[in-house]
Amino acid sequence: MLSRALIYSLLCSLLIGAAHTSPDSVHAAQASASTDQKPLQRAINSYSTEAQLAKSLQAINNNRLDLALNEVNSLLRVNPNFKLAHLVKGDLLMARAGAIDHFGSAANAPRDKIEDLRDEARVRLQRVLSQPDSALKPRFLWKLDAQQKHVLVVDTSRATLFVYENVNGEPRYVTDFYITIGKLGTEKVSEGDKRTPIGVYFIKADLPKSKLADMYGSGAYPLSYPNEWDRKNKRTGSGIWLHGTPSDTYSRPPRASDGCVVLANEDLNKLAPYLQVGITPVIITNRMDWSNEQDHDERDALLQAIEQWRGDWSSLNTDAYLGHYARNFSSDSLSYQAWAKQKRLVNSAKSWIKVGVSNLSIFTYPEQPDMVVVNFEQSYNSSNLSNRMKKRQYWIRQNNRWQIIYEGAA
Amino acid sequence: MNMFNRSHHCLALIIGVWLSGASLAAYADDIQDANKLFKQGQHSQALDKVNEFLANNPKDAQARFLKGLIFTEQGKTAESIKVFSALTEDYPELPEPYNNLAVLYAGQGQYDKAKLALEMAIRTHPSYATAHENLGDIYAKMASQAYDRALQLDRSNTATKTKLAMIQDLFAGGARSKSAPAHSAETPVIAATNKPEPAKTEPVAPVANKPASVEKVPEPAAAPVADNSGEVLKTVNAWAAAWSAKNVNKYLSFYAADFKTPNGESRAAWKATRQERLSKPNFIRVGISNATVKFSDNDHATVEFSQSYHASHLKTSGNKTLQMVKTGDNWLIQEERAN
Repeated sequence: MLSRALIYSLLCSLLIGAAHTSPDSVHAAQASASTDQKPLQRAINSYSTEAQLAKSLQAINNNRLDLALNEVNSLLRVNPNFKLAHLVKGDLLMARAGAIDHFGSAANAPRDKIEDLRDEARVRLQRVLSQPDSALKPRFLWKLDAQQKHVLVVDTSRATLFVYENVNGEPRYVTDFYITIGKLGTEKVSEGDKRTPIGVYFIKADLPKSKLADMYGSGAYPLSYPNEWDRKNKRTGSGIWLHGTPSDTYSRPPRASDGCVVLANEDLNKLAPYLQVGITPVIITNRMDWSNEQDHDERDALLQAIEQWRGDWSSLNTDAYLGHYARNFSSDSLSYQAWAKQKRLVNSAKSWIKVGVSNLSIFTYPEQPDMVVVNFEQSYNSSNLSNRMKKRQYWIRQNNRWQIIYEGAA
Repeated sequence: MNMFNRSHHCLALIIGVWLSGASLAAYADDIQDANKLFKQGQHSQALDKVNEFLANNPKDAQARFLKGLIFTEQGKTAESIKVFSALTEDYPELPEPYNNLAVLYAGQGQYDKAKLALEMAIRTHPSYATAHENLGDIYAKMASQAYDRALQLDRSNTATKTKLAMIQDLFAGGARSKSAPAHSAETPVIAATNKPEPAKTEPVAPVANKPASVEKVPEPAAAPVADNSGEVLKTVNAWAAAWSAKNVNKYLSFYAADFKTPNGESRAAWKATRQERLSKPNFIRVGISNATVKFSDNDHATVEFSQSYHASHLKTSGNKTLQMVKTGDNWLIQEERAN
């Protein structure tokens, strides 16, 4: 039947699209073989919305339009506002009417909306077909602190938010969700540019549904954009949140927000228990990097540098201590020169100092291969002053040497 | 006006050729009379005749079928659904009542029910062309609903609106490619004699098969076509004037006998709606601008224009397309579409 051949080819083009855009070739290789049903099988074993959608698409693939329609119908009973599912349903029915010639065969359909839904279909298929091995660990998480029960990593190329649990300082995969990012993509630079920032952020607040407009859905979690690095680079804008979808919308296309990271309400509700205000890190990256052996060595070198910084400070060896700061260092208010001057002054007034570092966490910075964000609790005891504070440093590696480029209270 | 003459499918309304046997003359006369009255639009008289006949032959499929058609034409959808439903129960082997039931359900937007009914029609007669075509239309309508949900399209989008074919007579030989089913004992008469000659087709304007004609966009014709755009525009303006004057009769007179009602409703139902819409507001102002006329031939024109509508409680504007047909000296509206 012509219509079946057509819908089959549509599906194939989606699958191939998924393979081509898949960020890591290892998994893409699996995705390109639409006959390999293992990944689909894996998804079908769970009953998530996305798995049901994939099941329906698989039925189309197998020329079982009747099963596909049943699946989509049952999906829509649970999620009546799932626009993509409505579109697939429309195509399935249109195929029966014998009048389908492309994905989203609606007459007079606005092209941009069809494109958006086609993107969502492609991305969601890709998510099901090229699921990363759950044993892999994101490279970004060099060290977790015991307070950070979970970490979020947003891979914008996969339109996916991954949740990792902190198990004795090591990340362990928990779950992942489909997400929407800024209309114009990533690497936010200025206010209103409709882009999602790339970087290391933290959950700053928890805004309950009752205080939000409907468009934010079941809740909102503001992120710490712009962070210290963003400010240093004069990036502007604010109000980058994790939030839900309007009540009449199950999910939004992969690129549709003004820069926020948007989840389906049911997904946001599942995510909520993992989030700790002021603590949970959210790393947003253009593409996922997986941890490897080399990372351990690099991390050890950095840990050594941090320990040396602490030691040099504690021993009041001010020259050596200041040697840990890069020439282009700045704090929130001081340049390197002013910082060095102040530190020399303070240190010269002490007969002894003890510096302790605890609850250390380290995240490598997306798109900045030689930069890491270091967070810790600092205990400072000296002959005339003692305090404890939360601190954040940005370290960069220049000429194979780790140095501090930013330091401030976290 | 008979809605079936307007519908796209062209099953001829066949009457008077049921029977030839003298012993069945009385039967023939009654049904024939009823059918004739029905065809002439004398629905209540036709109904009286049918009821009269049914009083003596309560199970008669033919008469009940005609009764269902009369109710449909009178806009009594609930009654006609009842009649056709009962027929499907008593004669589950007949596809026609299922088909008509489906058309009625579809008219109410109950596409799932319509689909089921058509599937039943096809189950008994797998190659029943009309039912297949109608089922295709039902799928297209359901698809259109799904697309609306997916894309939040404007509900007034009429692009995928199609009209379904109501079967006008039971046991029409031409419509089914399989032979008529065996009939139950109650109607042996019909079974024996129901081979009408499709050759005797209706003289009333039969429309081309299926909705293809709806989408027909007139191409600049190869043969030169007389430019009567002045005439057409004059008619369109007069139509707008009658509308603005709330002159219902005048307004309705601009519509052709085979006017395609926007939602496939019966002409009676459409007429009633228009009557109400024109009468209710205190005032109506309809403005027409940027009109263009294209001719597909000397007698068919497509007029596109911007229409502003301003009434007591509503002010809207939008683009409209009229399909006009020349009938005698007048141009009449065959189809009216808001874009």
